[in-house]
Amino acid sequence: MDKPDVINHQRTLLHKIWEEHLVCEATGEQPLIYVDLHLVHEVTSPQAFAGLRAANRRVRRPERTVATVDHNIPTEPRGTPINDPIAVRQIQALQQNCTEFGIPLFDMDSSDQGIVHVIGPELGLTQPGMTIVCGDSHTTTHGAFGALAFGIGTSEVEHVLATQCLGQRKPKNMLIAVSGSLPEGVGAKDLALGVIRQIGTDGANGHVIEYAGTAITALSMEGRMTLCNMSIEAGAKAAMMAPDDTTFAYVKDRRFAPRGREWDESVERWRMLPSDPGAKYDTVAQISGSSMAPFVTWGTNPGMVVRVDESVPEISDLKMDRDAATRMLEYMDLKPGTKMEDICVDRVFIGSCTNSRIEDLRAAARVARGYRVAGTVRAIVVPGSQAVKRAAEQEGLHEIFKNSGFEWRESGCSMCLGMNPDILQPGERCASTSNRNFEGRQGRGGRTHLVSPVMAAAAAIAGHFTDVRNWRFQ
Amino acid sequence: MFAIGVFSESRILDMQPFRTHTGKVAPLYRDNVDTDQIIPKQFLKRIERTGFGEFLFFDWRRSPDGRPDLSFVLNDHRYDSASILVTGKNFGCGSSREHAVWALLDFGFRAIIAPSFADIFANNCVKNGVLTVTLGEHQVAEIVGHANSTPDYEITVDLEKCMIQDKRRISEHFHIDEFTRHCLLEGLDNIGLTLEHEPQITAFEARRSRTSTARDPEWR
Ligand code: SF4
Repeated sequence: MDKPDVINHQRTLLHKIWEEHLVCEATGEQPLIYVDLHLVHEVTSPQAFAGLRAANRRVRRPERTVATVDHNIPTEPRGTPINDPIAVRQIQALQQNCTEFGIPLFDMDSSDQGIVHVIGPELGLTQPGMTIVCGDSHTTTHGAFGALAFGIGTSEVEHVLATQCLGQRKPKNMLIAVSGSLPEGVGAKDLALGVIRQIGTDGANGHVIEYAGTAITALSMEGRMTLCNMSIEAGAKAAMMAPDDTTFAYVKDRRFAPRGREWDESVERWRMLPSDPGAKYDTVAQISGSSMAPFVTWGTNPGMVVRVDESVPEISDLKMDRDAATRMLEYMDLKPGTKMEDICVDRVFIGSCTNSRIEDLRAAARVARGYRVAGTVRAIVVPGSQAVKRAAEQEGLHEIFKNSGFEWRESGCSMCLGMNPDILQPGERCASTSNRNFEGRQGRGGRTHLVSPVMAAAAAIAGHFTDVRNWRFQ
Repeated sequence: MFAIGVFSESRILDMQPFRTHTGKVAPLYRDNVDTDQIIPKQFLKRIERTGFGEFLFFDWRRSPDGRPDLSFVLNDHRYDSASILVTGKNFGCGSSREHAVWALLDFGFRAIIAPSFADIFANNCVKNGVLTVTLGEHQVAEIVGHANSTPDYEITVDLEKCMIQDKRRISEHFHIDEFTRHCLLEGLDNIGLTLEHEPQITAFEARRSRTSTARDPEWR
């Protein structure tokens, strides 16, 4: 350990987890970090397994590796044949790889299948203090539990499969302090969009964000996951927050959570994780929670955010290249000065690893109850996992959605990235609870506006964006 | 059904060392170019590392009816066989898909110059022998200017000296972390390197199971 750490022994959450997982630091090499949990899905893993096979390597710790199918699979009732032969090939490759290398797989027909970032926490696999990786950028989600969790590429997937370790440069630490509390009708998704609006899509590059402050501790685990999930859209390597009683209550009694005496010991250990008072960060940003509002994106990256009661910005007001702004507006078919509330939508998507958990569905259903989806809109609800789907059905949320004219689907990534049949047609405009509004993300020529689940439900019913703060609940 | 298990060709792109490279420069001067643009999702279903080049920037290179969009820089014959891409800030943001790097490499790019890169993308580049050169906004704009106006504009990227140079005007030092540089220069197999630390990994696991309550998940 180098001297400054000894003198200044106040450590952040990140530093504590980092030090706990440091395997070795050989001269001239990057520090080697141990990986507690490695999540795997069908799209970013086939080439990694092929690499292992070619080099005659095995998976070092198959029991710390967990796989599921989520990106490619249809959300039609299970058993519906998959028409895309290449998707079938990828799903079968994962099945075969898991069998061959002894990795547990939550397959299509599993009652625990779901989006990889939904099932990790839900099964209690995700726990405070862990290091978690996945060949998927939204792995940042798991940081909500006070874990160090980040996305990796396929070569690194192969590296972790073979060694259970990863060479890593020590990232910088950024504190985002969110003061006050979120106003009524404003949720974690709005906060996530508000943060990106403030710091920019590269505002956290090279950093691990730690969120703190009253507005953060007040969030539920679902809300915390939404916020950490979206932090990759601000360029963050990872995002985390201190584990507390809310965290422990969520983890307790889940399938893979510690039990009995081990539970007590674990909680005791987890209580040591929060950053020490006075610990230093490389970068600090202040956000006012009470200044947040329901947000809508208007452009083709998640930083292009306005309040729902604002208008599409004038090009001269944007801190970006004129040509790029013009291109964006053309792609989105929007004119500066148009009120956001006057923009009509064709499709609504409630789902994705950002907003497909039970609390998201409850909030959306509360808006939808007693109303009908506008005749011009096609709206789908895609639960994040089979467990979320079951829970929602037990509460009767599916009936509320179906009675209102929403389609109720099987779990998966679905229209978040449209690798399955759920895609936008060229020119279609979508209010989406997902995380990326990139050109073509939901289908070539499709126009995506990112919003919270309540804003999406309200848009489905009104047929255009509308300020959910004025909603008349039935 | 498909024959799964014939994967041997997928390691064709074994990492080539990167020392010095001279090549034609193509300018794609946009900020925040995301990996969804670099390789759209409909091409992620392949299970090999090869063959992604023809789909690089697919939605920008081709109009919806499949014909090449001639206004897009990579369809401009002046930039045929370019092997260095110069672009805007935060290049490679978004999805972690390494397919983006495989597509760039397969298309012929060995180096990318930008004011900044998204972290996962930059990591993925190193693993595939693609060099990311980070330069100031000013210098990037200058290179873009030359690439736009000078026919067959070429740059030499010298990783041994950490310099980029053209024939006349430009001669810039760039910064890169020492380990990344070493990996690229030697074309190192990172997995092999880590496996040499096997005793430390085993010792770590043993120590941790004694001193911590963190346990393996129990698969029941
Ligand atoms: S829901 Fe979307 S962002 Fe999340 S893992 Fe699936 S594709 Fe990625």
